[in-house]
Amino acid sequence: MKKLSTSSKVYLFLIFVVLYAPIFYLIFYSFNSGGSMHNFESFTLEHYNAVFEDSRLITILINTVIVALLSGLIATIIGTLGAIGIVSIKDKKMRKTLLSLNNVLIVSPDVVIGASFLILFTMIGVKLGFTSVLVSHVAFSVPIVVLMVLPKLLEMNTSLIDAARDLGASKRDVLTRVVLPYIQPGIFAGFFLALTYSLDDFAVTFFVTGNGFSTLSIEIYSMARTGITLTVNAISGLVFLVTILVVIGYYFVTNRSKRVNEEVQR
Amino acid sequence: MFNKASKGPLFPYIIWIALFVIAPIVLIVYYSMLDLNGNFTLANYRNFFSPVYLKMTLTSFWYAFLITLFTLLFAYPTAYLLTRTKHKHLWLMLIIIPSWINLLLKTYAFIGIFGLYGPINAFLEVFGLDPQQILFTDFSFIFVSVYIFIPFMIIPIFNSLDKMNPTLVYAARDLGASSFTTFRRVIFPLTIDGVKSGIQVTFIPALSLFMITRLIAGNQVITLGTAIEQQFLVSQNWGMGSTIAVFLIIIMVIIMLLTGQKKGGRIQ
Repeated sequence: MKKLSTSSKVYLFLIFVVLYAPIFYLIFYSFNSGGSMHNFESFTLEHYNAVFEDSRLITILINTVIVALLSGLIATIIGTLGAIGIVSIKDKKMRKTLLSLNNVLIVSPDVVIGASFLILFTMIGVKLGFTSVLVSHVAFSVPIVVLMVLPKLLEMNTSLIDAARDLGASKRDVLTRVVLPYIQPGIFAGFFLALTYSLDDFAVTFFVTGNGFSTLSIEIYSMARTGITLTVNAISGLVFLVTILVVIGYYFVTNRSKRVNEEVQR
Repeated sequence: MFNKASKGPLFPYIIWIALFVIAPIVLIVYYSMLDLNGNFTLANYRNFFSPVYLKMTLTSFWYAFLITLFTLLFAYPTAYLLTRTKHKHLWLMLIIIPSWINLLLKTYAFIGIFGLYGPINAFLEVFGLDPQQILFTDFSFIFVSVYIFIPFMIIPIFNSLDKMNPTLVYAARDLGASSFTTFRRVIFPLTIDGVKSGIQVTFIPALSLFMITRLIAGNQVITLGTAIEQQFLVSQNWGMGSTIAVFLIIIMVIIMLLTGQKKGGRIQ
């Protein structure tokens, strides 16, 4: 493989600069004692204090995390069971139909999902708020879990299951002691993606949330519409920190499970 | 277990499909045929084919096209160069991380960056130029959208480039093809699937953006997404909103068919 030429390196460098500059720009000014995102006066932590002292903001943060964790968990259960169910279907046509239906919500624009869920909730009389937001987040996270778990199930050697049955394992044992441990990395990946989907979602939540309930995205939107508030910068500093920690954590967990798998195979 | 069809686990999943995949589509189509008083009508469809909405659809298309084009133009070389780096997966990871930062925060950053006193204008001033209104222009809208979408375009292209057998490139070079011919006749055709999925994940969301248009383009740009949001949440005209949504779904299906890939039969 040839080494990268200088111009290629410069190009890549510029792309990385452009990708990260806005994020660091936000974080840099979160320490500004002046109230704006230009001319940095002096270092301060007052905006971070403001975040932690604002009980409304803290409630919203907690709401966001609760919705993400709960919806991720429920979606992972439904999605994993769904993937197991899909694999057990013999009829090819039926299987294909289910898979196409599965992908509808992945490719649909957020606005359409949000609008149609709004109609749905109004029709069946679900009050807009925590429940509607949670249910929507579960709904759009299920297909991604299925897509993460399915390949693991398909690559699994079926003789493992036959062997377990021959050795007298009940159906339940086969599921909990053979299948689930095998597809575990897929389940984790699905749960993790569901979390990020939920944390990142704005459009769907914007449609199905009522007046009383708000997530971080919605709150930032309404703050940003009124102009620049350095509290938002402080929030982004915190979000960035958490993201980096999660990335490192995720990297660590997947690497460890990979190593464990390799050792088991040896 | 896989042989004996066990329908039990499928039950919640089927309910999910019925409630959140099929029912919403049916409801959207149903509502598109209702007027403000809930009576059956086709007026919404007639409205959609009026010059106002057709023009909006066309401009929305034009913006989505430009966004996709620029995203592709910047993403392809990036993906290509990334596959040539030493720790390519680490670098790819670094490209993906910004996409995990909340979308709203990244958009908000540009309100400051493009602002009248922001760094871009400060930079222009060094060259003796007067501060420009960058925010609320087409440029800022397209720039921010490209910024948001670029990681999603890079990932599929990177994957298809990564899967490509490098000896094919060496063979082409040995047979006397120039770098450009190699790219045009060998590399690009082999990675077209990645490009197609990249276009899919950029073009459809670009048609339906509404948050970026509101914050960055300041109601200058109206996309199909903005129009739907407007009809649903501001005008409370769900019928018209649903009609636009129906067309957005149709457009989406057409794009999926155009950029659809021959499935290698993985799931057969």
